[in-house]
Amino acid sequence: MNIVVNGEMLEVSEGVTLLALLSQLNIAPAHVAIELNLSVIDKSQFDQVLLKDSDKMEIIRFVGGG
Amino acid sequence: MSQEDQPFIVGGVTLKSRLIVGTGKYKSFEENKQAVIASGADCVTVAVRRVNILDRTSENLLDYIDPAIYKILPNTAGCYTADEAIRTARLARAAGITNWVKLEVIGDPKTLLPDNEATLEATRVLVKEGFVVFPYVSDDPIMAKKLEDAGAAVVMPLASPIGSGLGIQNPYNIRLILEAVSIPVIVDAGVGTASDAAVAMELGCHGILMNTAIAGAKHPIQMAEAMCYGVKAGRAAFLAGRMPKKRYAQASSPIEGMIE
Repeated sequence: MNIVVNGEMLEVSEGVTLLALLSQLNIAPAHVAIELNLSVIDKSQFDQVLLKDSDKMEIIRFVGGG
Repeated sequence: MSQEDQPFIVGGVTLKSRLIVGTGKYKSFEENKQAVIASGADCVTVAVRRVNILDRTSENLLDYIDPAIYKILPNTAGCYTADEAIRTARLARAAGITNWVKLEVIGDPKTLLPDNEATLEATRVLVKEGFVVFPYVSDDPIMAKKLEDAGAAVVMPLASPIGSGLGIQNPYNIRLILEAVSIPVIVDAGVGTASDAAVAMELGCHGILMNTAIAGAKHPIQMAEAMCYGVKAGRAAFLAGRMPKKRYAQASSPIEGMIE
C-alpha cells in the first residue's frame, strides 16, 4: 500500500505500526512528533497505531530557528 | 548598596539569563553551541520542521543543545494563519520536550511583521489547551494587554522587523507596554548589536530574545559574549536608575578652591 510521508510517496506493507515505520526510515522516535491525517499522535501510541492505505503523515523534529 | 534584582520567571520557570537566543543561521551546530554557551542563555528557541526522510545522515540540533540543560522554546515561524500556528504548536508539544511555544503568526513575507489579530486568536486556543504561550507581537500596548488577558505567559514586542538589526525603533511604545501589562516583557526581534540590547534592558524590559544579531555577526561567538554583557549592563543600569537628563552642563569638579 502507499502512504505519503512528509510529502513523499512511500510504499509500505500492510499492518505496519508508526514505530515500525520510524525504524524502517532510520528515525529515532525520541524528539520527533507525528501527525497522521491531520491528528497529532501521542508518543505512547506509536507502537499501536497501524498505517492504512493513502494515509498522510507528517514527521517533524526541531531544527535551528529564531 | 546595589538594588537586588528580581528573578526572571517565565511560564513558572526561573531562567538564569535574561537573554534568550535562537539557533538559526549558524554555519555549524558546533558554532551554534559555542555561541549559546558564550551568550550565557539557558533558554533557546528552535523551529519545527519536517524530518528529511530521504537523507537520514544529517545530525540533530538537540545533540548539540541538550534539552536536559537548556529550556527549549519551539517557535511557529513560517506560519501565516492561526490554524497553521496552532497545528505547529501541537506537533511541537507532541515531540515530548515542552509545552512552551513561541507563537509567531506572520502577516507579510516582506516585513515578517506579525498578524496581531491571528496571534491573539491562536493565543486564546493554545492557552485553553494548556500551552505556555510566548506571543511575538507588534510594539502595541493595547494588543499586549489583550494578549495578557488571553492568558499569554509573556508578551514579546518586536524592536524592529525580524533579522533587520535596526534596534529599538519605538522605545516609547515599549515603555507603554511595560506599564500596560504585569507579565514579563521580552523584546523579540530587531536587536542589532550589544548597545541595542542594553537600551532594551534600560527601558525595563524583563528579557530579550535574539537570533540574527548573534548568528549574523562576523564573529558570532564573540558577539554572543557581547550580548551577554549588553543585557547585564542594561539591566544593572535600569536597576541603578539613570541620572536625569539636563539641557545644560553641570560641573563634576568643585567650583570652590580654585587657585587664583
